[in-house]
Amino acid sequence: MRYSGFQVIKQALTGHKGWKPVWRDPAPKSHYDIVIIGGGGHGLATAHYLAKVYGQRRVAVVEKGWIGGGNVGRNTTIIRSNYLLDGNEHFYEFSLKLWEGLERDLNYNAMISQRGVLNLYHSDGQRDAYIRRGNAMILNGADAELLDADQVRKEHPYLNFDDARFPIKGGLAQRRGGTARHDAVAWGFARSADSHGVDIIQNCEVTGLRIENGKCLGVETSKGFIGADKVGCAVAGSSGRVMGMAGLRLPIESHVLQAFVSEGLKPVLPSVITYGAGHFYVSQSDKGGLVFGGDLDGYNSYAQRGNLPVVEDVCEGGMSLMPIIGRARLLRMWGGVMDMSMDGSPIIDRTPVDGLYFNGGWCYGGFKATPASGHCFAHLLARDAPHPVATAYRLDRFRTGRMIDEKGVGNQPNLH
Amino acid sequence: MIIDHPMLGPRDASEFTYLGDASLIDRPDWQADDAAEAFYEYGYLRDNPAGEHQELWYHEAGDRSWLVVTRNTLTHEISKVELARDVARARGRSK
Amino acid sequence: MTQTNRLSGGQIDRNTTLNFRFDNHSYTAHPGDTLASALLANDVRLIGRSFKYHRPRGLLTAGSEEPNGIVELRTGSRKEPNTRATTAEIFDGLEAHSQNRWPNLKFDALAVNDLFSNFLSAGFYYKTFMWPAAFWEKLYEPIIRRAAGLGSLSMEADPDEYDKGFRHCDLLIIGAGPAGLMAALTAGRAGADVILADEDFTPGGRLNSETYALGDHSAPAWAAQAVAELTSMPNVRLMTRTTVIGAFDHGIYGAVERTGDHLPTLPAGKPRQILWRIYSQKALLCAGATERPIAFENNDRPGIMMASALRTYANRFAVIAAPRVAVFTNNDDGHRTAVDLHAKGIKVAAVIDVRDDAPSSYDYEVLKGAQVVDTKGRHGLTFVEVAMPGGETRTLECGALGVSGGWNPNVHLTCHQRGRPIWNEALAAFVPGADLPVGLTVAGAANGVMSTYGALQSGAEGAAKALDLTSALPDLPDAEDAPVTQTPFWYVQGCKRAWLDQQNDVTVKDVKLSYQEGFRSVEHLKRYTTLGMATDQGKTSNIGGLAIMAEVAGKSIPETGTTIFRPPYTPVPIATFAGRMKGQEFHPTRLTPSHHWAKERGAVFVEVGNWLRAQWFPLPDETHWRQSVDREVRQTRASVGVCDCTTLGKIDVQGTDAAAFLNRIYANGFAKLAVGKTRYGLMLREDGIVMDDGTAARLADDHFVVTTTTANAVSVYRHMEFTRQCLFPDMDVQLISTTDVWAQYAVAGPNSRKLLQKIVDPEFDISNEAFPFMACGNITVCQGLRARLFRISFSGELAYEIAVPSRYGDALMRRLMDMGEEFDVVPYGTEALGVMRIEKGHAAGNELNGTTTALNLGMAKMVSKKKDGIGSTLSERAALNEPDALALVGIKPLEPEKKVTAGGHLMNIDGPVDTAHDQGYVTSAVYSPILNSSIGLGLMKNGHARMGERMRLVSPLTDLTIEVEIVSAHFVDPKGERLRA
Repeated sequence: MRYSGFQVIKQALTGHKGWKPVWRDPAPKSHYDIVIIGGGGHGLATAHYLAKVYGQRRVAVVEKGWIGGGNVGRNTTIIRSNYLLDGNEHFYEFSLKLWEGLERDLNYNAMISQRGVLNLYHSDGQRDAYIRRGNAMILNGADAELLDADQVRKEHPYLNFDDARFPIKGGLAQRRGGTARHDAVAWGFARSADSHGVDIIQNCEVTGLRIENGKCLGVETSKGFIGADKVGCAVAGSSGRVMGMAGLRLPIESHVLQAFVSEGLKPVLPSVITYGAGHFYVSQSDKGGLVFGGDLDGYNSYAQRGNLPVVEDVCEGGMSLMPIIGRARLLRMWGGVMDMSMDGSPIIDRTPVDGLYFNGGWCYGGFKATPASGHCFAHLLARDAPHPVATAYRLDRFRTGRMIDEKGVGNQPNLH
Repeated sequence: MIIDHPMLGPRDASEFTYLGDASLIDRPDWQADDAAEAFYEYGYLRDNPAGEHQELWYHEAGDRSWLVVTRNTLTHEISKVELARDVARARGRSK
Repeated sequence: MTQTNRLSGGQIDRNTTLNFRFDNHSYTAHPGDTLASALLANDVRLIGRSFKYHRPRGLLTAGSEEPNGIVELRTGSRKEPNTRATTAEIFDGLEAHSQNRWPNLKFDALAVNDLFSNFLSAGFYYKTFMWPAAFWEKLYEPIIRRAAGLGSLSMEADPDEYDKGFRHCDLLIIGAGPAGLMAALTAGRAGADVILADEDFTPGGRLNSETYALGDHSAPAWAAQAVAELTSMPNVRLMTRTTVIGAFDHGIYGAVERTGDHLPTLPAGKPRQILWRIYSQKALLCAGATERPIAFENNDRPGIMMASALRTYANRFAVIAAPRVAVFTNNDDGHRTAVDLHAKGIKVAAVIDVRDDAPSSYDYEVLKGAQVVDTKGRHGLTFVEVAMPGGETRTLECGALGVSGGWNPNVHLTCHQRGRPIWNEALAAFVPGADLPVGLTVAGAANGVMSTYGALQSGAEGAAKALDLTSALPDLPDAEDAPVTQTPFWYVQGCKRAWLDQQNDVTVKDVKLSYQEGFRSVEHLKRYTTLGMATDQGKTSNIGGLAIMAEVAGKSIPETGTTIFRPPYTPVPIATFAGRMKGQEFHPTRLTPSHHWAKERGAVFVEVGNWLRAQWFPLPDETHWRQSVDREVRQTRASVGVCDCTTLGKIDVQGTDAAAFLNRIYANGFAKLAVGKTRYGLMLREDGIVMDDGTAARLADDHFVVTTTTANAVSVYRHMEFTRQCLFPDMDVQLISTTDVWAQYAVAGPNSRKLLQKIVDPEFDISNEAFPFMACGNITVCQGLRARLFRISFSGELAYEIAVPSRYGDALMRRLMDMGEEFDVVPYGTEALGVMRIEKGHAAGNELNGTTTALNLGMAKMVSKKKDGIGSTLSERAALNEPDALALVGIKPLEPEKKVTAGGHLMNIDGPVDTAHDQGYVTSAVYSPILNSSIGLGLMKNGHARMGERMRLVSPLTDLTIEVEIVSAHFVDPKGERLRA
């Protein structure tokens, strides 16, 4: 069924009786060409592009719980391509372009809102780094704009310009950046993949990988064995656990990242803002809640919840940057498990096990990467070669020394 | 979280700085034939367990001890706290 | 006449009358009122509008679970949007406004949405607004954003203070109802350190709202007496107006105490709220239960509220919502409301009970087996329509309807560590499961013990068990001990628009549509319909949605699931979590020893991490910063300048293995460094990337002083401790950071020796021969003051760094300035420091950016292969050593007036300008007053082999393209003759 304003009116006038399930609820078949582990944003996007762009028809996505329940369902919804290093910038700009056409591609309104992303700087050194980054973005075909303090003040007069411990000296803006309705992204990809014949199998936990003679033959699940020519793993925070079933150790640690939402408010923030002198970034959802976050809790965790010190740290940053939000109330906090890689950049690659492919290490940049990650993983699965914009995301890059370290903090995942 | 420091008693975790897996104590021999591979694995590959995890915490806002904390990454329950120096010696490290 | 709906009795102080305003109308109230009870007393029933359809909203509850009665409280910069009228204590002069309506509450233009509600079904927005593409941002989204949201911020900085604190206890008791009070009495009498926290301003919980007796006392009187006893115990801390918001790891609870919200104005210095981190050995959750509604057609009109809320308003606040009321219930507790109201002389039109076997009453009509099927009243309830068991319909006139669908234990905190509650068939409710936060147990209604006596008993037992008390439990008073009698009943069949989530406008129909479209997991239901996402987080609505989803799916409620409750229990101002850490207090400010002196000199300061450093020292006639900086550079290079470099990290390294230790820490060798000598040290991370650089001075065989960059002082020290304790535990070496212990100044320039000779005590020979380049030593200055002298240079000039104990730092700076007058000494700041280091080609923070190797910085030869240095092995990886690896170069514009831009990218003089052809980038750039040209340092592919090459420097971001020449990074004195002079 095609979605449109007309359809909404038609259904309203006929008692909403015609709406169909957005995806089917199929039983798993015994064998697929490709099985994707993980019904999150990346797994569902992979399925969509496999079916729609790469012509794969016998594809299944297996999800241990409900689809979209991982990090795509618990993030701060920001999309942007303001990266510095070549290996990343090509990829994220590709992703941003896919975002720009996503709603029509999926026939699903994921409320992609290019309201702009502004990174503030507070020192000359930060400014120099942002100039280098902004130049890299433009040279890569993305957009970037350098604002001085006066320009920032004009666009965001509510920021703290008068009593700041670290005065705002300017910012790097990407006007094409913005936000998207995170859950809708998962549902839109699921709906499209399903309509192209992909089986989305919920409540189906992978309990093992069947590997014989160095070749992956399929997945053992709570619903039985499902055979596959190729198995793609896109499970974010659970990467270590799933790939561990194949005996692989990864350059990844799982960490908890908390995020927060306030009660609904009339429009306050026109764009996404990140603080350069503290751990705080924020946007406002269409529903009115301030959606904000900051740093990792900092310790390995699979607990999907964090602790008070980081809550305080984030709110301290928020109050320092925009003291107008003091009387807005924090409504809900949650924690997601981040697959923090050793250089802060992701991996989309084959593994030493034949037929087993890996997509992970997204740190907390996974949401914005969703379409490109799916597209590139689909390319890898369908053609057995990396997509041109994802050639840097090799699993062996740490052995060869080809790290993609945007922050320059080295092999300590919780610093990325 | 609260870390029960072996010498100072229970201290708030916010006094500490986290590093990572206590396997970072097991720095390879630089002169071994496979040193390049060993250092790569030491530096980059992690067990990343969902469960008990031995990990390094530094009492930065305290006595500057490095500790090996055994903590469950699913529940955050801490079952053991040791001085990293003792652990390192027990694992055969010296000079 | 005011307070038309005020009854007799209650816990309000009629001796005092308070004035308040709502939507610019003046009303009166009494101490003890909440804004909600005061509005009801004044017959104000319409308080707000719903989120989506802008339907009229009144009060649903009398507590913190309130979804509807939310207002903008206070005015100006203290305006608080979305404030629950049910928990806002009245104070004299209180001012509140309704929100989310335009132009006013009664005539809200967006109420038109209600007419189109059929088109605005759950998730409709995902299916439309996709065409034309550009219209989403330009048209649809702005309209949606303006219509959405609830209250508005003042857009002014919050002027109030907030605070944070720590508290410790043996037993934290959360909630001071019958269970919590009894638990506190039990634990307190046994001598335990107890914290009893309650969100209300009057402890007692439901006891404040009930008319039954506990022993010889009325319920409120018993609570007051218990509070009096607890207050007399020094080991018990009773915290009222304190909400325990979350259960965190290891027995740590977050709690918010509202110290000032009930006051018209805060006394000076008093915080508005305090965030407490309560460290508990054990905790007992006595958070009670929340009554849940029944969904029926048009069940959202002002005047329709929870039956227990109606009772609370009457008994505690002496207020009745309307002169004629009815009750709709599926359980016996609903009848209690009717009994109490009847006793107060209120006309009870009827009790409508869905049960055929409902209890009868002599005082009012009970309609057994009946259901409310519709209601009337535009801005407030006027009639309810009741379907009788026989099929006929009756219309009852009433201005208020109390609804009771049973009670849900408040299990929230038991879920904060992802514990799952379990279904209790008898209560038809979720009760705490087995996987509670460690140390937490549950008592009273929160644990499904619904009678008053049961709560008292379970509170006493819970405390005794938590504390392992062996003494006999205290005697309990006689109290109400009725069993729960109810027939689970969630919604009236056949209803079309029956509200579950009244704030977000989620109806029964929406839940069914969600199922129809495949959003069947509870999380999908929540996200698709927004059920339970409002400011009340579904405290009254989630269970109904779950029950309906279960019914349409043909499953049981526990099979269908439950959503995870997340902190905070009730919303918390962002400012409360920040406390005092905002504005200038966001981070501590570290001042250098010469700070006060520099301030006197009119220095301009700059933030460097937490430090404030002098950036330059303007003279009165200087109008542009460049004038000052150029002068400081010229004067230093011509004669002598002094710069405070105390912020550099200083680490004392002592022990017989000190040299061996530094050999591991640094990439270059230190074992053979002679006593009295200093050496530049390059420090790598284990991954082979440069971590930091600095100097190590050997003051004795077993004593070194290591310096680090300002930025890395903390991380380098941590790394050194890691290396010492974790990697080489048997080395005899000790470390201590002395950054703050020594004031250290760079004294640079051709006359630096002459200046120092005037203060160094004469027994120390610092001539070039006796104290050559890279010498170091302990000396005394100014007749006996111990000091350390290092002959090192960052500027490239003949230079020293001199250190004295910090408390003499100010005096030393003043002495250097006095003594230097004859040399025309100049103080210089971080800008001139930067200019001179770039002129000299020294790498600093912009070059040591965490991705550069020794090879990149032209120091590959320093990485010794003959020893076990950290980072050595991994620095040999192939990709880090490719022929076209970046190399540090100097950059000069062909036309000196053109500006080199840091962050600009280097491109070949011909060919495309894009990332594929990127040759490198400028790391640092300054204007050199010595060369009269803009200059820069950069990292360029194969740069060391490309000296003299002409390149294009492009910075499209700043709209710049210039031609530059690649030169040696050592612009000034490449042979180093000056620093050896």
